[in-house]
Amino acid sequence: MESCNCIEPQWPADELLMKYQYISDFFIALAYFSIPLELIYFVKKSALFPYRWVLVQFGAFIVLCGATHLISLWTFTMHSRTVAVVMTTAKVLTAVVSCATALMLVHIIPDLLSVKTRELILKNKAAELDREMGLIRTQEETGRHVRMLTHEIRSTLDRHTILQTTLVELGRTLALEECALWMPTRTGLELQLSYTLRQQNPVGYTVPIHLPVINQVFSSSRAVKISPNCPVARLRPAGKYIPGEVVAIRVPLLHLSNFQINDWPELSTKRYALMVLMLPSDSARQWHVHELELVEVVADQVAVALSHAAILEESMRARDLLMEQNGALDLARREAETAIRARNDFLAVMNHEMRTPMHAIIALSSLLQETELTPEQRLMVEMILKSSNLLATLINDVLDLSRLEDGSLQLDLGTFNLYAVFREVLNLIKPIAAVKKLHVSLNLAPDLPEYAIGDEKRLMQTILNVVGNAVKFSKEGSISITAFVAKSESLGDSQVPEFYPVPSDNHFYLRVQVKDSGSGISPQDIPKLFTKFAQTQSTASRNSGGYGLGLAICKRFVNLMKGHIWIESEGLGKGCTAVFVVKLGIPERLNELKLPFMPKVSTNPGQTAFAGLKVLVMDENGVSRMVTKGLLVHLGCDVTMVSSSDECLCVVSHEHKVVLMDVCALGMDGHEIAVRIREKFTKRHERPIIVALTGNTDKVTKENCMRFGMDGVILKPVSLDKMRSVLSDLLEHRVLFEAI
Amino acid sequence: MDVLQLQKQFIDYKTSLYHEGFLDEQFTQLQELQDENNPDFVVEVVSLFFEDSERLLNELTKALEHQSIDFKRVDAHVHQWKGSSSSIGAQRVQKVCIAFRNDCEEQNVEGCLKCLQQVKHEYSLVKTKLETMFQLEQQILTAGGSIPV
Repeated sequence: MESCNCIEPQWPADELLMKYQYISDFFIALAYFSIPLELIYFVKKSALFPYRWVLVQFGAFIVLCGATHLISLWTFTMHSRTVAVVMTTAKVLTAVVSCATALMLVHIIPDLLSVKTRELILKNKAAELDREMGLIRTQEETGRHVRMLTHEIRSTLDRHTILQTTLVELGRTLALEECALWMPTRTGLELQLSYTLRQQNPVGYTVPIHLPVINQVFSSSRAVKISPNCPVARLRPAGKYIPGEVVAIRVPLLHLSNFQINDWPELSTKRYALMVLMLPSDSARQWHVHELELVEVVADQVAVALSHAAILEESMRARDLLMEQNGALDLARREAETAIRARNDFLAVMNHEMRTPMHAIIALSSLLQETELTPEQRLMVEMILKSSNLLATLINDVLDLSRLEDGSLQLDLGTFNLYAVFREVLNLIKPIAAVKKLHVSLNLAPDLPEYAIGDEKRLMQTILNVVGNAVKFSKEGSISITAFVAKSESLGDSQVPEFYPVPSDNHFYLRVQVKDSGSGISPQDIPKLFTKFAQTQSTASRNSGGYGLGLAICKRFVNLMKGHIWIESEGLGKGCTAVFVVKLGIPERLNELKLPFMPKVSTNPGQTAFAGLKVLVMDENGVSRMVTKGLLVHLGCDVTMVSSSDECLCVVSHEHKVVLMDVCALGMDGHEIAVRIREKFTKRHERPIIVALTGNTDKVTKENCMRFGMDGVILKPVSLDKMRSVLSDLLEHRVLFEAI
Repeated sequence: MDVLQLQKQFIDYKTSLYHEGFLDEQFTQLQELQDENNPDFVVEVVSLFFEDSERLLNELTKALEHQSIDFKRVDAHVHQWKGSSSSIGAQRVQKVCIAFRNDCEEQNVEGCLKCLQQVKHEYSLVKTKLETMFQLEQQILTAGGSIPV
């Protein structure tokens, strides 16, 4: 036998073992070949595996190990040298690769392990973020609830709805079992249960306000956890429940004066309401911070909403009150207007109706006086005359007074001799004073101007009244009348501190003092003196008659003359002094004075004044037309007559200086004509003066006439004198305001 | 009769007219307007008044005879009459006219008819009186006297 280089295994009785080795090697090889395939397959599937190079190495290592085991299959039997070489090569390669792999793994395994830890960390972080997001979501939801609650609360101004909505919404948002509001009572000593959510309890249950737990809640502006057993929280029937946590918060009840827009009021207001919120019993819920914040915010909003509701209530109440008052005032005004209208109507009627018979009586009595009478008859007639004069004066005074009060009386200004006025008063009063053995003295200051501009008639009336009173109320002694120009210093009267007359170039203030030594007046009666119809009670004056209007009228005249009148007296029996100050004008030039001295009514028939004055008379009524024409012709005018408005418009020309038109028959047409005439003549000096003749005395007619452009109004019936004076006034001033 | 007596009679008569309210001071005014330029002024005016009144009376009678009375027209006529009578001073006629106007405003038919009768009556009275007065004046003038004022 030849020697061979290979080791010849013996095939002894261990053939079985050999067989098993053979098979195992085969399977090992198989496994070793399939593992890399699997690895490659799965790695290919996953995109993430970062260590490909290691994989390749590992694969090579395994493949070679497999190859080694595979080749060792052949070494069990006789094998050639080639097989041995291949085996050796395989083993060598395997050794190399496995060493390389082992070295590589040393680096790689720690890395792989750290990946795992990082994964763990990330997982933790993710869990944490999840939790936080949950929290934020809750908060956001809470915020949404708050906004919604606020919106609900602020969307109504009704107090009850506000509070009810608050409780309902809070209950819903926070899933409360019970929610209650305790309001302070009027006395402020107790808290009364006003609103509850579930209404399980009788409303009206009260609790004293000074409990320590309540004080604790009121003294803090945050929500405070309180014990479920305290009286305010014992709102459910006590039972086997474990009550949930209870929180209470104060709700400031703001007074309006405390409310400022930009900073919340401090604790200056002491009134609070108490809101109590209870979590459901038997739940393990606790009050979270965000829930408490929600409650605090809501409580503030409620406070604001309540104050708004209170403001609204007050303003509605004020408005209702105002409307009521308005209505009452309106009614009062209408009543006053009706009363005034009634009075005016009455006066309008009485005006004419009263004067006419009076006039007849006076005229006829004076006529009677002129005839032959026996002394008895004469006496009787004189009495009649005197009484009727008195009556006429009374009527005139009453009518004057009402016109004065209406404000429709205007002063007849004119230049007059002041000294003459005083002399006349003295002359009038001397006889009466002589009878009573009173001494009257008149003292006019040297700087008193001789002439003045004012209402002579009314000034005389005033002086006469005052002096007359002095004479009337004095049984003995003397009366002194002083008149001088009032300077500001001399008016240091305490009676009229606010009256400072300032003389100027064209005006001066006349001051008249009438001092008597008569019965005097007690100080408390002085204010009543100027009230109309009020008489003082002193018995001494009982027999002097008088009806109490005199001083009232004087006062009004003096006021019209922009002055002041008052009476001073030291008491009963000490006499009194009547003083008045009036504003009079100073005439500018002396030649102006001559005119008003001549009475306007000239004694000659007046033909010269209006010679040839062209007048147009328009009247529908033939008779009155003729009468008016007669009047004017008598005065020397050249009269044209027309009987209708159209005729009037046709005929009127710039030659006619005056147009007299009767308006009562025509109603409104008369006024239209006036307008049209005005339109026809654009130049003022060409336009005729338009005067209305009417039988109506009321103001309305007069106003209408004025409004439609009439230059004046004359009341029918027109006497000759009246027509004369009217025409001369018109021609002088081109305007005439009243001629009744 | 002699002038003085006539004059006295005239004055008495005139005074009684005033006294009884037939005339008022407007008539006096009218008399003042009569002068040498206008010697018959009063007579003219009074005649015009009579004419006017007759016309108005006819109109009124006709108007009030209708079944459906036109109160506005009646009122207008009465207003005219009132104006005329007040212009010459026929006081009583004027007063009745005022009352007549009230009835017209109230549309009181009976009242109107009554007033119509009244005004007719008053008018005829005053007409007679004035005519008598003018006759007296004429007599005085013929007797050679002058009319006393």
